Amino acid sequence: MPTGASATPSRGLAEVAASEASLRRFLAGLPGVDQVGAEARAATLATRSIKTTAKATAIDLAIRMIDLTTLEGTDTEGKVRTLVAKALRPDPLDPGCPSVAAVCVYPDRVGLARQALGAASLHVASVATAFPAGRSSLVVKLRDTADAVEAGADEIDMVIDRGAFLSGRAMAVLDEIVAVKQACGRAHLKVILETGELVTYDNVRRAAWLAMLAGADFVKTSTGKVQPAATMPVTLVMLEAVRDFRAATGRQVGVKAAGGIRSSKDAIRYLVMTGEVAGNDWLDPDWFRFGASSLLNDLLLQRQRMATGHYSGPDYVTLD
Amino acid sequence: MTGPMSFDYAPAPESRSVVDLRSSYGLFIDGKFADPADARSFKTVNPATEEVLAEVGEAGPADVDRAVTAARRAYTKVWGPMPGRERAKYLFRIARIVQERSRELAVAETLDNGKPIRESRDSDLPLVAAWFFYYAGWADKLEHAGLGADPRPLGVAGQVIPWNFPLMMLAWKIAPALACGNTVVLKPAETTPLTALLFADVCRQADLPPGVVNIVTGAGATGQALVEHPDVDKVAFTGSTPVGRQIARAVAGSTKRVTLELGGKAANVVFDDAPLDQAVEGIVNGIFFNQGHVCCAGSRLLVQENVHDEVLERLKRRMATLRVGDPLDKNTDVGAINSAEQLARIRALTDVGDAEGAERWSAPCELPAHGYWFAPTLFTGVSQAHRIAREEIFGPVLSVLTFRTPHEAVAKANNTPYGLSAGVWTEKGSRILWMAERLRAGVVWANTFNQFDPASPFGGYRESGYGREGGRQGLAGYLA
Repeated sequence: MPTGASATPSRGLAEVAASEASLRRFLAGLPGVDQVGAEARAATLATRSIKTTAKATAIDLAIRMIDLTTLEGTDTEGKVRTLVAKALRPDPLDPGCPSVAAVCVYPDRVGLARQALGAASLHVASVATAFPAGRSSLVVKLRDTADAVEAGADEIDMVIDRGAFLSGRAMAVLDEIVAVKQACGRAHLKVILETGELVTYDNVRRAAWLAMLAGADFVKTSTGKVQPAATMPVTLVMLEAVRDFRAATGRQVGVKAAGGIRSSKDAIRYLVMTGEVAGNDWLDPDWFRFGASSLLNDLLLQRQRMATGHYSGPDYVTLD
Repeated sequence: MTGPMSFDYAPAPESRSVVDLRSSYGLFIDGKFADPADARSFKTVNPATEEVLAEVGEAGPADVDRAVTAARRAYTKVWGPMPGRERAKYLFRIARIVQERSRELAVAETLDNGKPIRESRDSDLPLVAAWFFYYAGWADKLEHAGLGADPRPLGVAGQVIPWNFPLMMLAWKIAPALACGNTVVLKPAETTPLTALLFADVCRQADLPPGVVNIVTGAGATGQALVEHPDVDKVAFTGSTPVGRQIARAVAGSTKRVTLELGGKAANVVFDDAPLDQAVEGIVNGIFFNQGHVCCAGSRLLVQENVHDEVLERLKRRMATLRVGDPLDKNTDVGAINSAEQLARIRALTDVGDAEGAERWSAPCELPAHGYWFAPTLFTGVSQAHRIAREEIFGPVLSVLTFRTPHEAVAKANNTPYGLSAGVWTEKGSRILWMAERLRAGVVWANTFNQFDPASPFGGYRESGYGREGGRQGLAGYLA
């Protein structure tokens, strides 16, 4: 957390975005991230042993935190309907199994998803702003966002302009997020940093702060289209950022880890990290999400095993 | 939506059935377990529960003499004349057996010492194996160690080790000694003899010739008999500075070679441009690793004045997440204090801290009803004149001091009779080098703390002792 920001948070941070120079100074003044240390911390947290009742709690929580996602050029109507049905009742044989947090689709599939949901209270998230590259004009990005919102999306996953960020034009990135946030209206805005393209943890921390300063409701690691996607250390740095941002401003921002999290074991490690680094306040679908598709089936298999005492097979969970 | 939840970890105890402890142990002399001549024994307890783990033989002067005689015989007849490449085979074999039995040895270490299983499993045991592998590699290359064309072993080494890293300290002592062709008589600490006795079994499993490694258990008197034995050629000691002084006096005037690794009061220096989250991890790792029972622990935090409040806020928040309790639980971060005696010393010194006007803060945690426990604690408002800033507490207690300029940081860091280790936290590379040149410490860690590697020499200045262990330099203490 930058010194000075904590004394008079709101005013101090308002001044931060006053000019390109002040914004760059602020971001550069954030404490650095030591790569070796951050990775060591994440590795140690990954050794936590979560068993029995704790594991059962964690599996249900992880299911409730999933943004069940399909982002393929081949997405059909049938695929989206199946996704929605699965999101609502992940385990058809067990009514006690919780629903996921949201379904996440491309903007042109939002209407269909909303229709398939009917009266159910699940969130519909849509990627927007020329996802995944973000290489389009602001006009198109805003229209993309508005389209999704009008079709019924109540969560928008935008991508930042990584080209602008890496070339030092932080203000351009900030302005774009502010504009998209406005286009979102009441929809929640998740800002995808695409950490695999930012490369360094210092960049990840700065981009996370930039997104939060611009009004992001969530900061999200990745599109899932670039490798590496979510990793433990990258998510660690983002969890530290949201924790520090709340301490400085009083506003809580969520974190979404997306891409590459496929096993229950991995998901539980992220929950451990979220609780121990950001705090228990983030252990809620309102404040932490997994962007995933295949993760859900592994969580369901683990859940069935905890209930029955034995492992079933892939035919005991549904195909997407 | 429901409100924030707490994610309580269910107990995740490591099974103690992987270790088969006998109810009593004799001394390991000349390849065999034998009772002490006068049949005296003492109990070793689990400091987390106060449960008696085993009765262990207490070696008297006659037993020590038998052990030294066996070591001398093995040195003259077998180990000394054996080619280095043959000695290496035994050491590689020991390293592999340690790896194979690492779970058993880790559980035994945690039971006897009180340290968390996460540390004995992930830190102690891997380093023990690494030390044997590393020095096994040196055994047939000693003429390339820069110590002369044909360096010779010294003979019989008498080695006395502490209770904080029982098996790791054994490895630091035995591996280089054996690689160089010496034989050893080792005395483990009175409160933690078990893993050394299990190591005796590892030696037998490796078919190590009888007498090359001898283990004599006992208290201070046993150690004294060993270091004063006239047929010991080399004394290696890790432990407290007062005992180190006694040993130096005892061997003065003899031809015995000595290396001493003693106490410390290390400064961990945090500059305002440090990577703060990682610095906080380093502070925690520096002083709460192994309950602070670490000679090179970063027990004095020197934090730059302008980030003092921010660092302390982050540090306290982090300390509140430390999990204190059952050392066998895989999620425990801080285990038990090793003995009632050590707990009494920590309490006495922290009481002095209160009396001298420093402000105490302890992590909120529930301590078990039985066993020896002390909550992770820090003192703020500490000055250089306070005893808690000068004396080695050897417990989970951090003294926080401030500085304004790099020169002041160096002056305060060096203002101690010790000189074992130091830490520097800054994103500025030139400042790391500037500090490392000026800090009087055997080890200076930059943006990390408590990192160990068999290839890296370790040891102190001044009242922290002399000689180096680890690396090529570690061979010098066992060759002439």
